[in-house]
Amino acid sequence: MWRDAVLVAGKDLRIEARSRVTTNQVLPYAVLVLVLFAFALDPDRGVLARASAGLFWVAVLFSALLMVQRSNVIETLDGARDALRLSGLDPAGIFLGKAAAVMVQLLLLEIVLGFGVVVLYGVDPAGFGVLAVTALVATWGLAGAGTIYGVLAAGQRGRETLLPLLLLPVVAPVLIAATRASESALNGVSLDVSAGDWIALLTVFAVIYTSFGVVAFGPLLEDQ
Amino acid sequence: MEPVVHLRAAVCLLGRFPALAGVDLEVDRGEVVLLRGPNGAGKTTLLRALAGLVPVAEGEAFVLGRDLRADRQAVRSLVGLLGHASGLYEDLSVSDNVSFWARAARRPKSAADGALARVGLDGRLAAVTVSRLSAGQRRRASLAVLLARDCPLWLLDEPHAGLDAAGRDLLDAIVRGAADEGRTVVFASHELDRAVALADRTVVVAAGQARLDGELPRAVSPSAVPHVA
Amino acid sequence: MSNGSGRRAGTAGALTTTLGIAALLSLGVTFALGLSLPATVEQGDYSRLIAIHPGLAWASYVAFGVGALASAAWLWPRTRARSWDLLAGASMEVAVLFTALTLVTGSIWGRPTWGVWWTWDARLTLSALMFMLELGYLALRRVPADVEITANRSAVAALLSVVVVPVNHFAVEWWRTLHQGRSLMQLNPRRELDGEFIGAMLVGFLAMTLVYSWLVVHRVRVARLEAAEDESMLARALDERRAEEVTV
Repeated sequence: MWRDAVLVAGKDLRIEARSRVTTNQVLPYAVLVLVLFAFALDPDRGVLARASAGLFWVAVLFSALLMVQRSNVIETLDGARDALRLSGLDPAGIFLGKAAAVMVQLLLLEIVLGFGVVVLYGVDPAGFGVLAVTALVATWGLAGAGTIYGVLAAGQRGRETLLPLLLLPVVAPVLIAATRASESALNGVSLDVSAGDWIALLTVFAVIYTSFGVVAFGPLLEDQ
Repeated sequence: MEPVVHLRAAVCLLGRFPALAGVDLEVDRGEVVLLRGPNGAGKTTLLRALAGLVPVAEGEAFVLGRDLRADRQAVRSLVGLLGHASGLYEDLSVSDNVSFWARAARRPKSAADGALARVGLDGRLAAVTVSRLSAGQRRRASLAVLLARDCPLWLLDEPHAGLDAAGRDLLDAIVRGAADEGRTVVFASHELDRAVALADRTVVVAAGQARLDGELPRAVSPSAVPHVA
Repeated sequence: MSNGSGRRAGTAGALTTTLGIAALLSLGVTFALGLSLPATVEQGDYSRLIAIHPGLAWASYVAFGVGALASAAWLWPRTRARSWDLLAGASMEVAVLFTALTLVTGSIWGRPTWGVWWTWDARLTLSALMFMLELGYLALRRVPADVEITANRSAVAALLSVVVVPVNHFAVEWWRTLHQGRSLMQLNPRRELDGEFIGAMLVGFLAMTLVYSWLVVHRVRVARLEAAEDESMLARALDERRAEEVTV
C-alpha cells in the first residue's frame, strides 16, 4: 500500500511538474480571489485584516476544488482509469498517493497565499507555529475528503457541478475550525475554544476521511 | 489442462443494454484467437469482460482459473489490455509512462527499457511528452506498456489501427513471439487478411453472441459473415 | 405485484393503511394540542410551534440515520441486498422533506425571538448543513449509471455524510459559543416547559415518526415496482439483442 502510494504520488507530482496546471492556473486564480475580496470588502476600514483568516481559507477551499478536479481529470484522460484498474496497484495506495499529491500542492499554494494575505491585507503573521500546524492538519483533511469525493463524482456527466455540491458541505467544519484556529493565532487571544481544540477537531476530520478513503476507494474506482 | 478462457452463455450488461447476450468461448494457453464480427457485435465488451472490467451478469466465466463472477478484480493484474484508448498520461514522457506502469506491475526498470527498445521508442523519442506523439507512436507506446507489464493473457482491441506498415509487422511479430513464449492472445480486428493470417483460430461474434467451434449464432446467416476460417 | 391475480400493482397494503391512519390521527392530535396551548409572554403564539418543530427535527434525524444504516447494510457483504439500497434512497428523500420543514419552522419560530428570519443558531446551522448533504446525496443518486454502481456510490456518500455530522456538530457549537448563548430550547423558561408543552411536543414526535414511516414504506414500494419494471425490460432487451439482424 505505501509503496503504491509513493509511486502514485510521485507520478501525480511529476505530471504537475511537467504540465504546470496548478502553478500556472490554480495559483493565480487563488491570488485573484484574494484581490477580489479586497475589492468587495472596503480595504480601508480594517475589515479585510479582521476577516483575513476566513478569506484565506475560503480561497484555499476554492483552489482545493480545482485541484481535486484536476487530479481526477488526469485519470480520466484517454483510458487511464482502465489502465489504473488493471495495474495491480492497491486502491488504498492509489487513494493515499493521490491525496498526498493534492496535499503537497495545496500546502505550497497556501504558503504563497499566506504571503499574499500578509502583503495585501496588512496582516501581521503572529503565532507562526499554530498557523503551520493548523494548515498542515486542515490541508490533510481537505485533500483526503477531496480525493474521495473527486472519485465519487468522477466519470459522470455533470461532475463539474456535482463535486462542489458534494464536497463543500462536507468540508464546512474544516473551514470553520481552520479559520478559528488561524484567527486565535493571529490575534494572540485565547478564545473560549482554544486553537488546540480546533486543531484536534481538524485532526479527527482528517483521520475519519483518510481511513474511510483507504477502505472505500477500491469500490469507488469501479465504474464504467 | 485448464483453459485460459472459459465462457458459457455469458451475458454482460452495459447499463440496461445486453451488449453480450450469451457468449461461449474456450481459449487454451498459447493460442492466438481472432474475434471478428460487425460493428456493435460486442467484441469490445467481450474483451473488457475478459479483462475483469465489465461485470458478467449471467453464465459461467473463468479467466486464468479465476471466477469472474465471484471476483472480477482478481484477474486484472494478470491481463494486458490494448484498447481503443491509449491508457497513457498525456503530460508524462513516454519513458515515464512505461516505467510507471511497469513499476505498478512490480517489474524492474530494465523491463521498461527493454520494452521501449522493442517498439522503437528508445533514444530521443522516449523523453517526448505523450501529447506530442502521433497516433501511431502512441500505439507503440501502449504496446511498450503491454510488453513491460508481462502478463500471461493479452487482450487486443483493433491493435493494427493507426499503425503504419512497419508498425503492423512489428505488432504481428510481437504477438507471435508472445504466443511462442506461452502467452495467450485474444484480439479483435477488422484488418481481415492480416488478422486471419496472424490468428490460430477465428471466432465470430455477432448480435452479442459467440458459439464454440465456429458455429454461428442462430440469428446470423453464414452469408453475412464471409471468410470464416 | 405478486399478490394474486387481477390485483392492480400498487403501493398500498395493510401496513401502509394502518400507518397512514395512525399518522393522520396523531397529526390531528398534534395540531389540536398545539393550537390549544396558551400563548407565552415571550413568544406569543409562536410558542405553539413546539408541537411540530422538534418533531420535524427528530424525524429528519431518524430519516438521515435510517438512510445511513441502510447504506451500511448494503455495503456490508453479509447483509447486502437490493432492499437496503432502496430503503436508503427512500429514507434520504424523505429526510430532505423533513429537514426542509425543520428549517422553515425553525426560521419561523426564530423570527419573534431573534427578530430576523435566519440566525446562525447552532442547531439551525447544523440542519442547514445536513440539508446540503442530503441534496448532494440525491443529486448523486440521480446521476444515470449502473444500478449497482449507483447503489455503491450513494451508500458511500451517505456514510461519509453521517460520519461528518459529529464533527459538524462540534464545529458549529464551538463556533457559536464565541458569539452568543445558543439555541431555541434554552430560551423557553423552565416554568413554561411543563405539562401541556411537553405533552404536545411528545405527541409531535410520535406523529412525525409515523408520517415518516408511512412515506418511507410507500416510497420503498414504488422503488421496488420500478426495479421490477427494469427486470422485465431486461428480459425483453436480451431477446431483442439475440434476434438482431446482422449485416456486414
